[in-house]
Amino acid sequence: MNRFIGFIKKEFYHILRDRRSLFILFGMPIVQVMLFGFAITNEINNVDIAILDHSKDVNTKEIINKIATSKYFSIKGFISHEDEIESTFKKGKIKAVLNFEKDFGKNLVTQKKATVQILTDATDPNTANTISNYVGSILQNYQQELNKGLNMPYQIVPKTRMVFNPELKSVYMFVPGVMTIILMLVSAMMTSISITKEKELGTMEILLVSPLNPIQVIVGKVVPYILLSIINAAVIILLSIFVFKMPVQGSLFLLGAESTLFIVNALSLGILISTISSTQQTAMMISLMGLMLPVILLSGFIFPISSMPLPLQLISNIIPAKWFIMILKGIMLKGVGLAYVWKETLILIGMTIFFIALSVKKYKIRLE
Amino acid sequence: MTKDNMIQVQNLTKMFGDFTAVNNISFEVEKGEVFGFLGANGAGKTTAMKMLIGISKPTHGAATVAGYNVLTEAEQVKRNIGYMSQRFSLYNDLTIKENIVFFGGIYGLSSADIKEKSQAMINELGLHDMADSLVGSLPLGWKQKVAFSVALLHNPKIVFLDEPTGGVDPITRRQFWEMIYMEANRGVTIFVTTHYMDEAEYCDRVSIMVAGKIEALDTPKNLKRQFQVDSMNQVFLKLARNIE
Amino acid sequence: MSIILNNISKSYNKVKALDDISFEVKPGELFGLIGPDGAGKTTLFRILTTLLIQDGGKASVAGYDVQKQYKDIRNHVGYMPGRFSLYQDLTVEENLNFFATIFGTTIEENYDLIKDIYIQIEPFKARRAGKLSGGMKQKLALCCALIHKPKVLFLDEPTTGVDPVSRKEFWEMLKRLQQKDITILVSTPYMDEAELCDRIALITNGKILQINTPEAIIASFPKKIYKVRSSNTYQLIEDLRIYPDTHSAYPFGEYLHFTPKSEVFRSMDLTKYLAERHHKEIEVKETVATIEDTFMDLSKAHE
Repeated sequence: MNRFIGFIKKEFYHILRDRRSLFILFGMPIVQVMLFGFAITNEINNVDIAILDHSKDVNTKEIINKIATSKYFSIKGFISHEDEIESTFKKGKIKAVLNFEKDFGKNLVTQKKATVQILTDATDPNTANTISNYVGSILQNYQQELNKGLNMPYQIVPKTRMVFNPELKSVYMFVPGVMTIILMLVSAMMTSISITKEKELGTMEILLVSPLNPIQVIVGKVVPYILLSIINAAVIILLSIFVFKMPVQGSLFLLGAESTLFIVNALSLGILISTISSTQQTAMMISLMGLMLPVILLSGFIFPISSMPLPLQLISNIIPAKWFIMILKGIMLKGVGLAYVWKETLILIGMTIFFIALSVKKYKIRLE
Repeated sequence: MTKDNMIQVQNLTKMFGDFTAVNNISFEVEKGEVFGFLGANGAGKTTAMKMLIGISKPTHGAATVAGYNVLTEAEQVKRNIGYMSQRFSLYNDLTIKENIVFFGGIYGLSSADIKEKSQAMINELGLHDMADSLVGSLPLGWKQKVAFSVALLHNPKIVFLDEPTGGVDPITRRQFWEMIYMEANRGVTIFVTTHYMDEAEYCDRVSIMVAGKIEALDTPKNLKRQFQVDSMNQVFLKLARNIE
Repeated sequence: MSIILNNISKSYNKVKALDDISFEVKPGELFGLIGPDGAGKTTLFRILTTLLIQDGGKASVAGYDVQKQYKDIRNHVGYMPGRFSLYQDLTVEENLNFFATIFGTTIEENYDLIKDIYIQIEPFKARRAGKLSGGMKQKLALCCALIHKPKVLFLDEPTTGVDPVSRKEFWEMLKRLQQKDITILVSTPYMDEAELCDRIALITNGKILQINTPEAIIASFPKKIYKVRSSNTYQLIEDLRIYPDTHSAYPFGEYLHFTPKSEVFRSMDLTKYLAERHHKEIEVKETVATIEDTFMDLSKAHE
């Protein structure tokens, strides 16, 4: 046991003395969460728009009013002709133009259907997309009220897509993703680097020619990173609760347990990487290309899995991050318990056992 | 300065903060001489050499290499010297030929020139079978011989060699020294830095640096006579002990 | 016997790193493995320290089979790999402490053994290993390899990259360790260190050229050997190469070592020949062979 404690102590010296890595280790989660939370946001506020109203009736007035009073938009002008649209955009201030068709109100009453064109400045596609979504939801809202007034009970009100994120707060969507990335990075990359570093330095030779058994070496390498990752996970959760006022609906205990499971999963991947790479550089490349990219691209963090082509959807199933993100969203946003995420949890456990078994099998008690 | 001095060093000093790495050294190296620049790790050898090859600026003093001032004409200095070290000399993942083409290109040799020279080098070293094999697969001794020839590609006036034959097998090592003597005989000046004292025995003259200063400078024969010992290793040990 | 090797072979992708190596090292012996880089020294060390498995043959260390009883060996040997494998970001004391704990011991327990060496680096015990000079790193690495009082100590090129003063001190330390009943197998590319060993094996291209005491190996040199010099070394080499009675002529420091073909060689004949070829300051003297002469002679005969 003394041997083991001595080993872990040594690992902590390494980690604590490497100021740069330490800074990245603890600075990164904070910076990432802040970045995603504040800077790379999907929310819009006070976007300047212009109105082109060919109809000028009660309905259009009411809609324009609704838009003008929402905090998302401020109406910066009215134009009277299609020709002006382009020049309005070119000035750069106006991000969207609402173009009400002629006889909008009349059509709405007589044909139960009227159109309004939403023109957005797509040089920034993300914002454009969000703007049209927002306008769309305001229109829907209005339509709903209208239907109520007409007392038409058979009218089915379309549900909005913002059920679990009513305010469309993008930070809620990003927190699970960022947490997954960071845990993956810290756990897998840092462990694989720290093991290959010993190989590169030649100290692995001495460790092998010592009474320490391989399991002790591996566990000794992994324990400090489990602790660091748990601290990181806690920091991210606390940041989202206190800085972004994100309500964590589900049980914090379950959240912690699931996070630990994912950390162990990532660590076993890290060990696996270290058994197949002989230099820190390769370990880092494999971690980045083999783990980070799939986590970012295929886990459903940024790109919805449902809109991927089928082969990619299938591949996404073998990515642990996908399941972890599902679990996180379930617990944090929907507030569900284990009863709802047991399947994902079981898949993660299975994967973890597989990786651990594989890396123990691959771990060399000799040099080749 | 006499015409035949390829390296002329006067009161050269390099300080890092309060620490004097090279302390007021002066010496000359003649054309065609094999000059050994010895010293323990941290004695200031590397720092001094960096100043001579124009990649580090002296704090005080002056040095000319191949007739150019290292402070003001560093570019000309670099053009007229060759460099080879034990640690890095050739790319292991390129073949011998590719290395020659690459290094020839760096020094602005024309492709016709490179072709001619690489053919000559392959003939001279008897490398016909190996010219297209990766440098990494060669035995160390061969690597060093090829590296030396590559360092001479652009006809430098001076070649700086950093521990060129450490760990090389005895026979190849001697072939290496024969190559050095041949080049010296052609008029190329050879500047060897090393802390292997048996390498020092092969030099025409050696200087020994201890703690930033040159504490001895003479032919190996005279140094051994002066310290009344029979190897450079013992000279070095005595010198180090006297100064402690 | 402390170390026994029987017909050990090892290849990497068809390249024979070790070819049928056999020798024995007695308890308490200081045994040197002398050969250039790439001779197979490190491969041999790694087999004996259980880091590699041989392709053929058998070997045992301290009575344990290197393949089957590798765990026992790992408890009883000290190993210092080629590069001084220390944790650069740990201090001198932390490094030593770490190696002591993983071997289940403490610095105090075996302080006797390392005391001589450790007191030389103790003033720097709070310094990180990465900031030490080559000589101090070497001493620290030796302390770390010794801290669990091993029966057999493996030192792979411990003096490479270390200045002459530290090299000398290092060999003196090894001599003292030998008094404490530790068997030492040391490798070095420096032929001049061979004479400091009890017995040596000359190794090149994975083959053993000869095993004996340094004195016996030198005495076995079959020819008379002369040291020759003149004012122009390069010309001297050229002229000796075409001299009819030359068996070999190699640069050897400021001299050339020359061996004649014939038994009846007289140095005055050579002096005369060189004088005719305008050499100045000619010197031709009989001398004694060194390990390096023997090594070259043997490896030439082997080819």
